[in-house]
Amino acid sequence: MQMPEPDAGVIARKAEIVAGLRRLLPADAVIDNPAETRVYECDGLTAYRCPPLAAVLPRTTEEVAAVLRFCQGAGVPVVPRGSGTSLAGGAMPTADALILGLARMNAVLETDYENRFIRVQTGRTNLSVTGAVEADGFFYAPDPSSQLACAIAGNIGMNSGGAHCLKYGVTTNNLLGVTLVTMAGEVVTIGGPWSDAGGLDLLGVICGSEGQLGVVTEAWLRILPKPEGARPVLMGFGSSEDAGACVAAIIKSGILPVAIEFMDRPCIRATEDFCKAGYPDCEALLIVEVEGSPAEIDEQLVRIKDIAAAHEPVAIREAADEDEAKRIWLGRKSAFGAMGQMGDYMCLDGTIPVSELPRVLNRIGEMSRETGLMVANVFHAGDGNMHPLILFDANRPGDLERVEELGADILKLCVEVGGCLTGEHGVGIEKRDLMPVQFGPADLEAQMRVKDVFDPRWLMNPAKVFPLEASAGRRAG
Amino acid sequence: MRPADEMELAEAVRGAAAPFVIRGGGTRGIGRPAPGEVLETGGLSGVELYEPGALTLVARAGTPLAEVQAVLAGERQRLSFEPPDLRGLLGRTGEATLGGVAASNASGPRRVQSGAARDSLIGVRFVDGTGAVVKNGGRVMKNVTGYDLVKLMAGSHGTLGVLTEVAFRVQAIPEAEATLVGEGLGAEAALAALRRALGSPFDVSGAAFAGGRALVRVEGMAGSVAYRAGQLRALLGGWAIAEGAASAALWQAVRDVTALAGRPGALWRLSVVPTEALRVPRALEATGIAHEAAWDWGGGLLWLLVPEGGAEVVRAAVKGIGHATLVRGDLPGVPVFPPEPQEVAALTAGLRAKFDPKALFNRGLMG
Repeated sequence: MQMPEPDAGVIARKAEIVAGLRRLLPADAVIDNPAETRVYECDGLTAYRCPPLAAVLPRTTEEVAAVLRFCQGAGVPVVPRGSGTSLAGGAMPTADALILGLARMNAVLETDYENRFIRVQTGRTNLSVTGAVEADGFFYAPDPSSQLACAIAGNIGMNSGGAHCLKYGVTTNNLLGVTLVTMAGEVVTIGGPWSDAGGLDLLGVICGSEGQLGVVTEAWLRILPKPEGARPVLMGFGSSEDAGACVAAIIKSGILPVAIEFMDRPCIRATEDFCKAGYPDCEALLIVEVEGSPAEIDEQLVRIKDIAAAHEPVAIREAADEDEAKRIWLGRKSAFGAMGQMGDYMCLDGTIPVSELPRVLNRIGEMSRETGLMVANVFHAGDGNMHPLILFDANRPGDLERVEELGADILKLCVEVGGCLTGEHGVGIEKRDLMPVQFGPADLEAQMRVKDVFDPRWLMNPAKVFPLEASAGRRAG
Repeated sequence: MRPADEMELAEAVRGAAAPFVIRGGGTRGIGRPAPGEVLETGGLSGVELYEPGALTLVARAGTPLAEVQAVLAGERQRLSFEPPDLRGLLGRTGEATLGGVAASNASGPRRVQSGAARDSLIGVRFVDGTGAVVKNGGRVMKNVTGYDLVKLMAGSHGTLGVLTEVAFRVQAIPEAEATLVGEGLGAEAALAALRRALGSPFDVSGAAFAGGRALVRVEGMAGSVAYRAGQLRALLGGWAIAEGAASAALWQAVRDVTALAGRPGALWRLSVVPTEALRVPRALEATGIAHEAAWDWGGGLLWLLVPEGGAEVVRAAVKGIGHATLVRGDLPGVPVFPPEPQEVAALTAGLRAKFDPKALFNRGLMG
C-alpha cells in the first residue's frame, strides 16, 4: 500500500507543533510520547500501520476548531478518528499527520421524542445512542456490526449501514444535521432537526466524505419508535443460487423484511464449529427478520414461506420465542469471529444488483477454485451488499498479495455486473487504487472539486479515497 | 435548445458563453426567471433499465414522470416518496419529468416514513458547466464508493449541472391502505395528535392537517393495516376511517396541496421542527396579516398562502426552527430560497464556482 512521502519539514518541527497544540488544549489532551501514539498507528484494517506525529483528544467543538486552525497555519495534515473501527483504513495516519480523536466527545446534548431526534457529540458510540432512548421506546436505526465500539463520527464519515438498513436506510437517511469544523477552523452548522435542505444539500455530500471535508463534532440524528416486536425465520437451501433467487422473489413480492441475511456452506460450517447455533447442514441459508405485532409477523412469515417453497428449501426454522430468535441470529452474529478462528481473512464489501446474486456467487465459487483460496460468503442479501471473506495465512510469503489480487478481481466483478466497490465500509486506503474501475477521470475530478471547496490545501485526511496520482497535484498545493 | 442525447448536450455546453434556463416539464420550477436560452431535457427520454426484482429503475432525465409511473404500476411498484403534482398550485401546464423530480427533491406525504426523493435517488449522470459528463452513485442501494454527489444534485434545481440520467430505488405498492380522519379539530390538538401517531410503533406513512381535518395513514398487508388502523384509532380517540380509493383520494389532495390551489397571493413552503408548526402562523396572526395554512409531515412541512406582504414576518419567525422558500409570487427584494448563514453561503458559492464556473445554469436562481 503506497502512501505519500511524509513531509520531512513537519516531522522536523514536531516539538514546536506539539508545544503549539499544548497551548491550545488541556495538558491531558495532547499525546506525543511514541509509546502512547502507537495505539493510533492503524484502525480496523490492521495490515497497514504507521504511528502518527502526535494525537489530540479534544472535548469541545471550540477545541477542535482551535486545533484545525493551528494545523492549517502550520501545514500539518490531520486525520480525524472516531473509534478507529474502520475496515478501510480511513483513520490510518501518516508519519507527518496529527490524529484528531473524538473519543472524549460522547455526550448526549438533547433528546426530543415529540420531534423524534437526538443530538449527540459524535464521539458517542452507535449502540449507546440507542441506549440513551430505548427505555422510552425509541431506537437509532443504522446498526453496523461494530456498533458496540464504533462512533457516530465514523458512521457519518463512512455513511455506515448495517443489517437492518434494508428497511430503515443507512446513516445518510437518518442524519438530520451536523456541526462541522472545516480545516480552516470555521464552525459550520448544516441542517438541523427539520426535514430537507433549504439550499444545496451539503449534508448529503458531507455524509460519506470519509473525514476529508471537515470534522463533524455534533449531529442531529433521527430516532424511531421501536416496533412492537421482531421475529426471524431461518431457511436452508440446496444451492447458493436457489437462496439468491429466493431473495429476489421476496423483495419483488412487496414484503419489506427488516433484514435478509445470507450465509453459504463454508460460513455455516465455520460458525457451527465455533458457536453451535444448530444450523442445518445445507449449501446456503437465509435469515429473514420481520417486524410488527405477533399477528403481523405471522402474516408476513406465512407469505415468506410460501415464496420460499418455490425455491425448494431443505430446512425451515421459525423462532417460537426470544431465546430461539437469539439462536437463529447467533451464528450470523458470530460469523466473522468464527472465520477468524480458522485463520486470517480479508473481508470484502462490494454491492451487486440483487438480481445478479446467483450469477456472482457462482463466479466467486469458480474464482475460489481457480486460485485455491477459500472464500466464504456472508452478507446483507436484501440490498445486495456482499461480504466475501477470503481465508489465507498471513505468515505464508506471497499469500497476502494473492488474496489482494483475488479481492480486487471480485470487486471488479461487482462493478462489471452493475454494482460498486464498497457498500458500507468506505474506500479509505483499501479501495483507493481501485476507484478507476468504477469511475472515469471526470467522475473523480467532480468529487475532488468538492474537497477543493471545503479543504483547499488538502490537509485533511489527504491520502485517502482518491488514487494518489489523481490527487497528486492537489495534495502538493 | 433541445439536445437529442447526452453527447449533444455536453457539446452545446462546452461551446456556450451565454446562460441557459434548464427546463424539464416546467411544472415545478420555482424562483424568478433566470436569463438565457431555454434548454429542454425532453429529448433525453426513456426508461433504460427496470428491474422489479431489484427494486431499481434507471431512466433518462427528460422521461415523463407519468410514463415512469405507468411502467412501475405494470409491476405493482411505485416511487415511494410520492412526488407531488404542483401544476394546480403553481398554475402550470406541461408534463413533469423524472429529472425535474430529482432536481427539485420533490417529496410528498410519505416522506415521513420512507424519506425524500433524495433518499430514493441512487444514481445520476449529469453534464456540468464545463461540459464534462459526470456519473455518481449507481443502481444499487448500498453504495459508499466515493463522495455522494447524488444527494448534492438532488434539490440543486439545475444549478450545478444538467441531469441526463437518474436511477431510483422503487417500492412495491402495498395491498391495502387506510386513513384515520379527525374532523373539527383545532390546530394545536390536531398537530399534537399527528405527533402522537408518528411516535407510535404503528408505522404511519402519512400525517397531515388542513381545514380542521387531520389525517393519519397506514399501508401494508390487509391484516396488518386493519390491526394498525384499529390501534391508532384507540390512540387518537375514535377517528373515522377511510379505506382504499377514498383514502388514496384524501392523500392526493394533501400531496398536491389542492386546499391552497387556484387562489391569489404569495405561497410559502416551510420546513420546520414539528412542535414549532404553529410559530409562523401565530407570528402572522400577531401582526394582523391574513393567511391560510396546510400542514404535512406531522407538522414538519407547512404550506402558507399569504395574500399580501408578510415576507419579513415569515422569515423572522422561522429563524432557528427551520427554513422558508417562496414557491410562488414575486415579492420585490425577497429572496426565493432561504438566506444562508455566511459560512454556508461561502461553501455553496464555492461549489457553484467549481461545477458551473461560467454560471451557465439557471443563473442567480439559488444565489
